[in-house]
Amino acid sequence: MSVETQKQRQPETAAPVAPAIELIGVSKSFGPVQANKDIDMTVAKGAIHGIVGENGAGKSTLMSILYGFYKADAGEIKIDGVTIEITDSHAAIAAGIGMVHQHFMLVKPFTVLENVIMGAEGGPLLRPSLNKARKILAELAVEYELDVDPDAIVGELSVGFQQRVEILKALYREADILILDEPTGVLTPAEADHLFRILQNLKEQGKTIVLITHKLREIMAVTDTVSVMRRGQMTATVKTSETSASELADLMVGRHVTLEVEKNPPNVGETVLEVKNLCKTDGQGVKKLKDISLQLKAGEILGVAGVAGNGQSDLLEILSGINSATSGEVLMRGESIDLTHKASAAMRRERGIGHVPEDRHALGLVMPFQTWENAVLGYHNNPEFSGKFGLADHKAMMEDAKRKIEKFDIRPTNPHLLAMNYSGGNQQKIVIAREIENNPDVLLVGQPTRGVDIGAIEFIHKQIVALRDQGKAVLLISVELEEVLALSDRIIVMFDGVIQGERMPKETNEQELGMLMAGIDPEASA
Amino acid sequence: MNKGLPKWADIILIPLLSLTLAFLVSGLIVMFIGENPIEAVKVMLVGEFGDSGAFGRFGIGYTLYYTTSFIFTGLAVAVAFHARMFNIGGEGQAGMGGVGVATVLLSVAWPHWTIAIVAASLGAMAFGAAWAAIPAYLQAKRGSHIVITTIMFNWIGSALIVYLLVGPMQAPGMVPETVGFSAGSSIPTLHEIFPAFDKHAPANVSLFLALFAAVGVWVLIWKTRLGYEIRAFGHSEKAAIYAGIKPVKIIMVAMLVSGALAGMMAVNTVQGEAERLILDTVQGAGFVGIAVALMGRSHPVGVVLAAFLFGVLYQGGSELQYIGIPREMVVVIQALVIMFVGSLENMVRIPVERAFVLFNKGAA
Repeated sequence: MSVETQKQRQPETAAPVAPAIELIGVSKSFGPVQANKDIDMTVAKGAIHGIVGENGAGKSTLMSILYGFYKADAGEIKIDGVTIEITDSHAAIAAGIGMVHQHFMLVKPFTVLENVIMGAEGGPLLRPSLNKARKILAELAVEYELDVDPDAIVGELSVGFQQRVEILKALYREADILILDEPTGVLTPAEADHLFRILQNLKEQGKTIVLITHKLREIMAVTDTVSVMRRGQMTATVKTSETSASELADLMVGRHVTLEVEKNPPNVGETVLEVKNLCKTDGQGVKKLKDISLQLKAGEILGVAGVAGNGQSDLLEILSGINSATSGEVLMRGESIDLTHKASAAMRRERGIGHVPEDRHALGLVMPFQTWENAVLGYHNNPEFSGKFGLADHKAMMEDAKRKIEKFDIRPTNPHLLAMNYSGGNQQKIVIAREIENNPDVLLVGQPTRGVDIGAIEFIHKQIVALRDQGKAVLLISVELEEVLALSDRIIVMFDGVIQGERMPKETNEQELGMLMAGIDPEASA
Repeated sequence: MNKGLPKWADIILIPLLSLTLAFLVSGLIVMFIGENPIEAVKVMLVGEFGDSGAFGRFGIGYTLYYTTSFIFTGLAVAVAFHARMFNIGGEGQAGMGGVGVATVLLSVAWPHWTIAIVAASLGAMAFGAAWAAIPAYLQAKRGSHIVITTIMFNWIGSALIVYLLVGPMQAPGMVPETVGFSAGSSIPTLHEIFPAFDKHAPANVSLFLALFAAVGVWVLIWKTRLGYEIRAFGHSEKAAIYAGIKPVKIIMVAMLVSGALAGMMAVNTVQGEAERLILDTVQGAGFVGIAVALMGRSHPVGVVLAAFLFGVLYQGGSELQYIGIPREMVVVIQALVIMFVGSLENMVRIPVERAFVLFNKGAA
């Protein structure tokens, strides 16, 4: 950025109040990768500013620079009009910047108070600062609708409350600027609404908020201004009132994308997979699944909605043979399948059950493996890949990988590349390609588009719909309500290990599903 | 892992730089105790009189003898590493391999060494694998940490061998050893095949078995479906379970192969050199195997090269005492090599990676 343009901007920014944050020409590279290129950004005081962008667009890097985790290679940071050097997070806190991380930085066995004062104890004895914190917390609770029991053990609080503790931590340190990184990922719609109310209250009290998210709906709902990042660059900054979700999506991807999923009405066949009274109690004696029964029919996508941790993952693990069930029965085409610990995922694949796991990094791919190796993971003992004497037929595996790479548009197209070197979207395409190409009768899909860029989401959704149109049965588990609503032909909602309700996507809405996800049955309470 | 680093730099340049650093520091220490490092290197490589150093006419036979042992124990650790098992029990498994060799060779008067070496190998592998099987089972089924159990089994194995050599297997007399093996089980030394080798050097045909084992490990790990499963499990247990691979099977198989390879060392030492079972036949080779596998990056080619390097250090180092450098100095050098190549690898890797990034930027 030239000096010229800075000067041009001076008259605007030199208005009565200096902007809360001003970034000028901030750049950062990691080795050969330029994560941030010459970023300029201005956030007005007392505004809620959104930053959107696909994974790897550089949002997190930029915020990490602002919070002192990384040092920028070049550029200037001004807070309230004053140039400062943010060398570490202490400097950021001193400058009035607080951050609420996507993954909470909390000590779970500690109480709320103990977590809040952590790193700001202010003396060798805890009592004085605990008392001080208790007083401040009481004030903050009233001021911002941020009430949390100060003596509660953090690990026993719900995720929504844990997030409030994170916000309280920042406010306790007298933050004037609050950065929230993907804050709604783990919240129910109701909890998310409460969070947005808190953000509005904070804004009214003059706090500045930077909201990083990939959910355009939230950006449209709460922000005043929004910046779009693409490939390390700030491509646009607009007033939220003057843009739309679809325009933002196009700006993020750099081409036109459709957010809607186009699909024909389902051609539903007979029941393929039947789950009867499935129960699971884990090692700690916690009941994860309580008497789950469902039927999955050929040619339909059955969506399972729910806030993370309400039993969906356990259901997926049992059906895919990764984990055992405590009791219950599962029938595949009328024949019962092994639910004991003797079962394995290989046995499920033999029965025609494919599985796209929720966590592709840990389960779906072996990160240091090359693509051709990952493209057969779980199917490596299939006859077409087996040579004599236990040898693997590398030639067949390689041809197979090349075919999948072409058909599923996996980029880069080099089958020797390690899985860890792909973007999230292309990693997921490798997993989806592998599972769909093995022609399963039932495909279990967990969080198909988590951490996947918008362009790839479109593609993956089309593949899932195409599989259903071939008459296959799809069980879709997703915490993204929008995704469940868009893809499913039928929706069940899980809460606390039970099926809280079943709805047809056309006859329901996010509010109703949201209540079910929170354990409230709108029909019963009406 | 290797961000933008070419493969050759990853597997050749970095170990070479680490090694150079280790030797430089060793040289400084030699200087510090008042000796001449150049002289020390000369003595290590060719000996004081040009014959007994690691590459001397006489010494090379010892260098290759040690190399053989280290290839076996190095491969043993490497195979376990691929399944993310840290087998510290090479010492005990190799010791029990010796018991296996002795049991087989003492049971029958073997008519010819070719049959005897096959039978002894089977005995060595069976006993070595059996000794690894118990810790492996405890890890696979009970979650007892393999590092702890294999270390403990080294001690148990060592005590068991002492018991056998002063009890059931002891030859008449007071010495804790078995009777000598029959003449038919004596395997040829390298001298008998290549007369250029000195006739007193203990290196023997088991060197070829070791090289054959290296090829076998390469095929197993990279060419078979079992190897695929072992590597998948080693990189990510969760992904392996997702793929339907049974952890119990992989842990057991990898550890049995590992133990069998460690046991094979006894063909070199017990059948090839001692020709009877004596106390302490392993002499730390099980532990050197860990360094060899680390340095060889768990790849058979790397293991063979690293085993040779340690063979050179062992033989060359023992010569140092003749010019007044204490024998312990070689332990220091070995420790430095292990430290620089194993645990301090990032000290070299990170600057090299930066240099490559700069270089690539300059080129672009």
